[in-house]
Amino acid sequence: MPYSDSTSQQIQRPVSNTFIVLSVLAALLLNGLPWEGIWLMLRPDFVAVVLLYWCTYKPQRVGIGLSWAVGIFADVADASLFGQHALAYTLLAFGGVILHRRLQMFDLRQQTTQVFGIFVLTYAVYALVHWQVDGYMVWAFFLGCLTSTLLWAPLSITLQAMRQMRMDRDRI
Amino acid sequence: MIDNTQSFQFFNRGPSPAVRLVFFAVLSLLLLFVDARYRYLESTRNALSVLVSPIQRLATLPGMLWQQAGDFLTMQRSLVEDNQALHQQHERDAAQLSQLQALQQENQQLRNLLALAQRSEFTAQLAEIVYAERDVFKRRVLINKGANDNVRIGQVVMDDIGIVGQITRVYPWLSAVTLITEKDHAVPVQVLRNGLRTIVFGAGDTSQLSLRYMPVSSDIQIGDMLVTSGIDGVYPPGIPVARVERIERDPAYPFARITCLPVAGVDSHRHLLILSGLPELPEPPMEQAVAAKPDKGKSKRKVPETH
Repeated sequence: MPYSDSTSQQIQRPVSNTFIVLSVLAALLLNGLPWEGIWLMLRPDFVAVVLLYWCTYKPQRVGIGLSWAVGIFADVADASLFGQHALAYTLLAFGGVILHRRLQMFDLRQQTTQVFGIFVLTYAVYALVHWQVDGYMVWAFFLGCLTSTLLWAPLSITLQAMRQMRMDRDRI
Repeated sequence: MIDNTQSFQFFNRGPSPAVRLVFFAVLSLLLLFVDARYRYLESTRNALSVLVSPIQRLATLPGMLWQQAGDFLTMQRSLVEDNQALHQQHERDAAQLSQLQALQQENQQLRNLLALAQRSEFTAQLAEIVYAERDVFKRRVLINKGANDNVRIGQVVMDDIGIVGQITRVYPWLSAVTLITEKDHAVPVQVLRNGLRTIVFGAGDTSQLSLRYMPVSSDIQIGDMLVTSGIDGVYPPGIPVARVERIERDPAYPFARITCLPVAGVDSHRHLLILSGLPELPEPPMEQAVAAKPDKGKSKRKVPETH
């Protein structure tokens, strides 16, 4: 397998459900920090990045249904319309599940270009719903998909390392 | 490598991703439609918000700790100075208040003589901002008083200077305040100088307000104070809202472009007042009653679009 690098060796290690749930909760928490003004525009959507990570690496465990459920919680947390985040995250998960084999083959740089498209789609759907309901658009909102894309690489490395750590601890 | 054998379908994995996508997308769209159109889902939202609120509370912790650390490290000298300034302010205010009381008495007497309806007093409830809404599209804050403190949708929120916004969603322990700078949020106002009635709208993307449907020839000047007119039955009369900042009179357009700045610290304060006990206006005549009933804030938005 010429494409596989060192990271793809770790992919097959098991992940506990608790770890997945904790990572999603942590992402919801990070989204919920008191961001304001320009920082709010630049805030990456942590939940989207974490969900996409799990959809890519564990598509059998975290799929479209779970992403939809997390989206509903995000809707409640943000007081947005019911289904707005859910719809966006459904598409995101679909992208992740469909492309998961390709993404697993790629290295981080190639992955980043691929996930950018998925994030743009996710953000566009969210903005489209808002535009339909309220009738105006805030273009700076799309800065978020750039920062989310930039977050992909560090977050993948971190989660990968944490999974590794848990594995080692479990073995002891 | 079991993960990679999906294409063979040896095992039953349930519906394919495309089917799931369509199912959940349609479900989301249905929810969106129901929520945007009918608002049937408020109780579900309340129930789920109980589950989410621990995370939200946890998320506000760092900010609160930061603030508390700041409070703890405040210099004694600055406290003394603050205290002195507040004392002076209080003395000035007390003098003004006694004057105001005399004026109030006089006003009441005059109104009695003229047989006009009395202006009713309103009571206020102090609330603290828990956090600002983390949605780029909205200008909202969440405050720490909810349905348990008898907060209701539509109540007006102000700070010590002027109108800040209106309560648009109530949870058991929280409520959401839509700021007057929210896009298309309308407040009926009067120019303090000459009593000219108009409506001020939020701009949405900046902390500004605008007067949209003022004829080019209308008598309005830079620096004019806009106060609530009170004829809408939502906002109590006479509370400052905004000050006119810039006027562009272009004869090519029927309306002047007028930009205003809110007088209240819409983006800055932590403590807000929720006004309650507003007077009940007499019922409008029957044919208009139906149109005026659902969500006063919303029906007001529709008014200018008919121009």
